[in-house]
Amino acid sequence: MKIVVLAKQVPDSTEITVDKKTGTLVRDGVPSIINPDDLAGLEAALALKDKADDVVVEVLSMGPPQAAGMLQEAIARGADKAYLLTDRRLGGADTCATSRTLAAALNKIGYDLIIAGRQAIDGDTAQVGPQTAERLGIPQVTYVDEILEVAPDHARVRKSLEDEEQVVSVKLPAVITTLSGMNNPRYMNCNDIVDSFNNPVVIMTYDDLAEDLPMEEIGLAGSPTQVFRTFTKDVTAATETFNLSAEETAQKIADTLNEKQLIKK
Amino acid sequence: MDFNLTEQQKLMQKLFREVAQHEVKDNAADVDERERFPKENVEIMRQAKMLGIPYPREYGGAGADYLSYILAVEELSKTCATTGVVLSAHTSLGTWPIAQYGTPEQKEKYLRPLASGEKLGAFGLTEPNAGTDAAGQQTTAVLDGDEYVLNGTKIFITNAGEADIYIIFAMTDKSKGNKGISAFIVEKDTPGFTIGQHEKKLGIRGSATSELIFNNVRIPKENLLGGEGKGFKVAMSTLDGGRIGIAAQALGIAEGALEETIKYVKERKQFGRPIAKFQNTQFQIANMQTAIDAAKMLVYRAAMAKEQGQPYSVLAAEAKLFAAETAMDVTTKCIQLMGGYGYTRDLPVERMFRDAKITEIYEGTSEVQRMVISGAALR
Amino acid sequence: MATFPDYKDIYVFVEQKDSQPAEVGYELINKARELVDASPELGYKVVGVLLGENVKDKAADVIAHGADKVIVVDDPKLKDYSTQFYTDALTQVIDEFKPSSLLTGATVLGRDLAPRVAARINAGLTADATGIEIGKDVTLGGGAAKREIPNDDALLLVTRPTFGGNLFGTIVCPNTRPQMATIRPKVFDMAKPDASREGEVVEFAPKWAETEPVVVVEDVEPKKVAGVDITKCDVLVGVGRGAEGSLALAEELAALLGGEVAGTRAAVEDGFLPKERQVGQTGKTVRPNLYIACGISGAVQHVAGMEKSDYIIAINRDPEAEIFKIANQGYVGTCEQVLPLLIEDIKKIKEAK
Repeated sequence: MKIVVLAKQVPDSTEITVDKKTGTLVRDGVPSIINPDDLAGLEAALALKDKADDVVVEVLSMGPPQAAGMLQEAIARGADKAYLLTDRRLGGADTCATSRTLAAALNKIGYDLIIAGRQAIDGDTAQVGPQTAERLGIPQVTYVDEILEVAPDHARVRKSLEDEEQVVSVKLPAVITTLSGMNNPRYMNCNDIVDSFNNPVVIMTYDDLAEDLPMEEIGLAGSPTQVFRTFTKDVTAATETFNLSAEETAQKIADTLNEKQLIKK
Repeated sequence: MDFNLTEQQKLMQKLFREVAQHEVKDNAADVDERERFPKENVEIMRQAKMLGIPYPREYGGAGADYLSYILAVEELSKTCATTGVVLSAHTSLGTWPIAQYGTPEQKEKYLRPLASGEKLGAFGLTEPNAGTDAAGQQTTAVLDGDEYVLNGTKIFITNAGEADIYIIFAMTDKSKGNKGISAFIVEKDTPGFTIGQHEKKLGIRGSATSELIFNNVRIPKENLLGGEGKGFKVAMSTLDGGRIGIAAQALGIAEGALEETIKYVKERKQFGRPIAKFQNTQFQIANMQTAIDAAKMLVYRAAMAKEQGQPYSVLAAEAKLFAAETAMDVTTKCIQLMGGYGYTRDLPVERMFRDAKITEIYEGTSEVQRMVISGAALR
Repeated sequence: MATFPDYKDIYVFVEQKDSQPAEVGYELINKARELVDASPELGYKVVGVLLGENVKDKAADVIAHGADKVIVVDDPKLKDYSTQFYTDALTQVIDEFKPSSLLTGATVLGRDLAPRVAARINAGLTADATGIEIGKDVTLGGGAAKREIPNDDALLLVTRPTFGGNLFGTIVCPNTRPQMATIRPKVFDMAKPDASREGEVVEFAPKWAETEPVVVVEDVEPKKVAGVDITKCDVLVGVGRGAEGSLALAEELAALLGGEVAGTRAAVEDGFLPKERQVGQTGKTVRPNLYIACGISGAVQHVAGMEKSDYIIAINRDPEAEIFKIANQGYVGTCEQVLPLLIEDIKKIKEAK
């Protein structure tokens, strides 16, 4: 059973700020992390490996060369192998082009089950998992918060919807997308960190995939969506601000609520 | 010259940071308030294989480098200085002498469980009349057949009672002064070995600090460490390394306090604006940040020298002297910037301030460090 | 000259459960109605797409909410949602009818279905949007890549927040059709249903490539942690870091007004508010009739999730707080002082009624 986890390196969005003058993101000094939904997926895969000897966990990422550090971490956490697809020609890809590229790489490295995080915190699209499944022509189950069972030909998972949970059985191979709240990712340990450096990340480029993947289908050129503009929101509205005593403030708010018929008997 | 951590050190640092921020931080105030030994943190460190970072894999260690271990003490001390010193006393003082001076048999029997984290280590040198002046040892060890018989009392011993294995110094020949001191490996449950009074302290209040009492304790001859009369050398070389650990603890305390303070001054408003907008705040922050960076360079340099087998005694002294004084100075100034809130136990800087003081005292006071440094400079 | 002369109209996938259309479908129908009515020169229609079993009679509802036409695919395979059969059906509807744009709700279902469909037909898809408009006189790119988009292309400008709401991006798909987007629930209003509206109902029968399901739902359970749904509240009392000590007061105020307590990411991070009550880009989007912001500074992250509230009252001790810029009424003061008095005043008014 070969499980391939799709992972993305993302800036820690809780530490990102916007330069109000230029309307651009201030990314300097913001640490990079494994996307939280992907880390949950990796943990779920490693938990399966803990339970069964025949489970192999590999991790695939597409991104800049620095993402190798994140993949080294994935190996230190327990993954057996990690691949980084890195190539300037793949840059600027939207989810449509990204899913084509990942699917080509997945066909190259092989898989029985693919686990992807539901969405990345720097894009929030939740599209790469389903689109990769479509490219590979295999089923998908999205928004999974528990993996109940993995058998050679099928998996049973719990899917989280707005107001209910479904227990779902899916034929393998398949893509499932995982939610960050589903587990508590394990810590690395010092021994595994040291050992992980004997297992370097495998670097792949577009050349490794070119025979199945025309140039016009990758990167910016293969991306149907384009960014037309970006902006920061200017929050202004007609408002009144009062600086009154606490008693007057309370009275005025109560009167306003009463006028608006928001106080019911 | 390269001031960057290696990829491996960066990944280690990430692990230590996760453990410190997600686990250790949450109970740091409780450990301090109730003066309790943080057993749960020792368990987490054991699972993360942090209790034998610089020791060889063949003896149960992680087989990583010395700076990685120093990074661990630093990161832990950012959130809980007690946990920082538990690791430092175990690794630098309780384990290192065996790794350095132990026979293959001693390493197999004692280094392996210590480095793998199965057992915790401690170090007993200080006595009521022998602190800075190690030669004043009054604990004695007398050979009787195949055993040494230990009598005496040690004080201020970190991890006392919690540790399973103790490195104990005793006089085997009083007439020879320093050259009459020998080191022994003593197991916790040896008959006649008891834990005495628990100290009530200003800071690092969760660290177990107690007396060790030896009353006709019989130690097998094989547990003599480094040879008879070699104890002073074992002690001094161990403390040289221990000082880098304490320097890292001091560095972590200072960094932790500054992080808390920066968060606070950005949020706390006075006269209609965050206090971070006032130049006094900005200049204080600049001074503290600069001192912390300087301390970090000294600490890392000493760790690298030790790793590379270069002389590090003076470098360790400089690192400890400067980092400890920086910790005291930074925590004092952080409380001042935070005003009344900083003085309360609602915020962790009050604890960090109390924890900082010990770094100027134990494993060689700042005065001893100055003696070491000036001794080398004026040679 | 239009680049895609065969593609026209704005389509809305109206999701249903147990044959009951979800509100977001009607919200998007109404928004599409507004866009189409504002550009009569396009001659576009608003078309609803309804997949399910025994859903044909719901087509009238879709029309009543603003559609000109409804395409109904009624098939036992579509009774409950499945990625497999819904993707097969919807892609065939697209191939047959050629929409210029196709909108779906950014629900769990919509975000499962839309990417799969978009990948199958290689269409551009924008996720989790909060705004759409039809572009007029749009020029893309610059220099040699400069390109004017004909107005009769009906280029859809789709705006979405990124990076936890710190930044917004407007996305376009000039080279593919349909232009697809998933759009958050509660961003747009539903129209009041007008039963007198008339429209066309077209039935469509897809061809099934596979008839064996690859995913089977074995069991359905209620959600494990069933918390309060703040998106359905008419009154919310929001708490931020500045109201940390006043949570009980905020709860009492909310209860008096028949509402619930919500709050900022900071309040959740500080541990005094559960995550399911977080409002903002990384939390929920709410639009209650009344939002009382207590001790909330007004960071964009939070404001983006509540600024559409019908009426906003803000209490904050900092006269410069950003929240005052979006509040209808702002009061400089501390929650500890104001809330107990306000609670007493409201109780008096209630007693007098």
